[in-house]
Amino acid sequence: MSMLEFENVEVFYGKIQALRGMSIRVEEGEIVSLLGNNGAGKTTTLSTASAIVKANSGRISFAGSDITRAKPWDVVAGGLIHVPEGRRIFSTLTVAENLQLGGYMVKERGAVAKRMKEVYEMLPLLAERRNQQGGTLSGGEQQMLAIGRALIAGPRMLMLDEPSMGLAPLIVAQVMEVIKGVNANGTTVLLVEQNARAALKITSRGYVIEGGATTMTGTGPELLADSRIVEAYLGA
Amino acid sequence: MSDNVDTSTAPRLIGKPASAVSRLFESKQLGWAAFAIAVVFPFVIANNYAMNIATTAVIFVLLASGLNMVVGYCGLLDLGYIAFMAVGAYTAGIVSKAFELPILYTIPAVIIMCILSGLVIGGPTLRLRSDYLAIVTLGFGEIIRLTANNLDITGGPSGIYGIPGIELFGLDLSAPVSFYYFCVVVVALLVLGSARLGKSRLGRAWRFVREDEDAAEAMGIHTYKVKLAAYIFGAVWGGFGGLLFAAHLSAISPQSFVFLQSALVLMAVVLGGMGNTRGVVVGAVVISLMPELLRDMGNLRYVIFGVVLVAMMVLRPQGFWPARAYEPERPVPDIDPPGGGPGKPDGGTRPAARGRRNRGAGDAGADSAKGGAA
Repeated sequence: MSMLEFENVEVFYGKIQALRGMSIRVEEGEIVSLLGNNGAGKTTTLSTASAIVKANSGRISFAGSDITRAKPWDVVAGGLIHVPEGRRIFSTLTVAENLQLGGYMVKERGAVAKRMKEVYEMLPLLAERRNQQGGTLSGGEQQMLAIGRALIAGPRMLMLDEPSMGLAPLIVAQVMEVIKGVNANGTTVLLVEQNARAALKITSRGYVIEGGATTMTGTGPELLADSRIVEAYLGA
Repeated sequence: MSDNVDTSTAPRLIGKPASAVSRLFESKQLGWAAFAIAVVFPFVIANNYAMNIATTAVIFVLLASGLNMVVGYCGLLDLGYIAFMAVGAYTAGIVSKAFELPILYTIPAVIIMCILSGLVIGGPTLRLRSDYLAIVTLGFGEIIRLTANNLDITGGPSGIYGIPGIELFGLDLSAPVSFYYFCVVVVALLVLGSARLGKSRLGRAWRFVREDEDAAEAMGIHTYKVKLAAYIFGAVWGGFGGLLFAAHLSAISPQSFVFLQSALVLMAVVLGGMGNTRGVVVGAVVISLMPELLRDMGNLRYVIFGVVLVAMMVLRPQGFWPARAYEPERPVPDIDPPGGGPGKPDGGTRPAARGRRNRGAGDAGADSAKGGAA
């Protein structure tokens, strides 16, 4: 059973069509990348999956259930967590408070505290800065916080929108390592990236998106070796 | 549920050390101290004028704490808040007069009417954001006032008069001092209630919505419901304010609910420090007392009032007592050279975070590796 599946999903923003028959499939345990230029529909794909944007037609299913008409909170409760572009951490709230938001939907007693401990162990720099305001963190730390916040929700699958945005190459590598670690702990990952090289290094499969639909797909190494990808996205 | 994060041992890494003043502000006894001052006040001055002013101030504190839930906690700019006070005052006045009921018996009606008006006003407007919301609430505030001005049941421009005072267990509490005490107790309970709400799960959701609605929604918060809840709580608090107001003056008319009143309540919230109950209480007391304290100045008093407010906003824009007592004053000193080792990710300089829309504060400058492949 695939974790997340898009079948012919179409999305309009008013008259503008953002997704034109988008079909992707993410299997359990994979890291799948969506690559593509600005405006290709990568972010819209994630927002549609998390029900922040409504699909006009097509079908989206998550872990076997149809979520095409679901509400954002139902999607989150189901374990599909979206880390939005630009990190969107709460800059006036502390690191710990930011993490608590991730646990807003969690019902089991003690689960949030336990996961916070796990996140602090996994990302010690967040533990160091737990009482610091989110806005005072560096870009890379903010990204880690955004990922940590999503982990508190106990995701079955994580969707990350441009986690490398605006970060120095060294930091990008660190963020990618964290994502790999999250995946190794059993969380399926859908990664949207413009930084194709960094993304494909950790990716099991990738889709290239153009004009709101997939135009190419393959495993990470295949895509890295593909001359068209290299030309279009890697600038070799 | 999830508040058991250990914050006691970890050092505060940033900001000025807590000064004596801010330690005082953080004190848990402060609410009791304020309550004690309110209780002792009539023993200091108990003439009718002073009691009148003090009662008005106490009711104003209630309004400010109600609006604080909407504006301070949830970040919804409401420019027509006084409409809910009007709904409460008119409901209390009309029901008690029509059925010859003691005014306290109108409380259920006041609550129901305020919830309904919160739903009617909030329902459509809360789908809007920021400036649009502010404009529409402004419009609704005026609609309520104009409706009251033109209906027969509300007495038109002359309003409703002869509203009974408070009577509790057969005791007449309409004398200035006893009514003042009644207000102090009611308002203290409601202010405490709003502070508790701010710390609840719902209160946390309000803060998340205030900080970033999209991110809150992405984490599964039903933002519309949460905002409507803030609005309705604000409405009910405003309605209680209206009820006390009606009982206090025994006469109400549309002129009591003009936009200026909404602006003054909002000013109390902003001046005191949005999102902090203690600050808002102080702000409300200052806003309601200052014109009276300056009464000797004659017409000049509103000029001075204005100057003081402007000066306040210039010198301390976050309010007397902001929700965050420890605003970062400076960035963490960055000792490592740029691009430092793995223990120090992201070596660039860190601009201090200012303002809450400051997403990705560390992005500028050094970390310009977008695309990584250029």
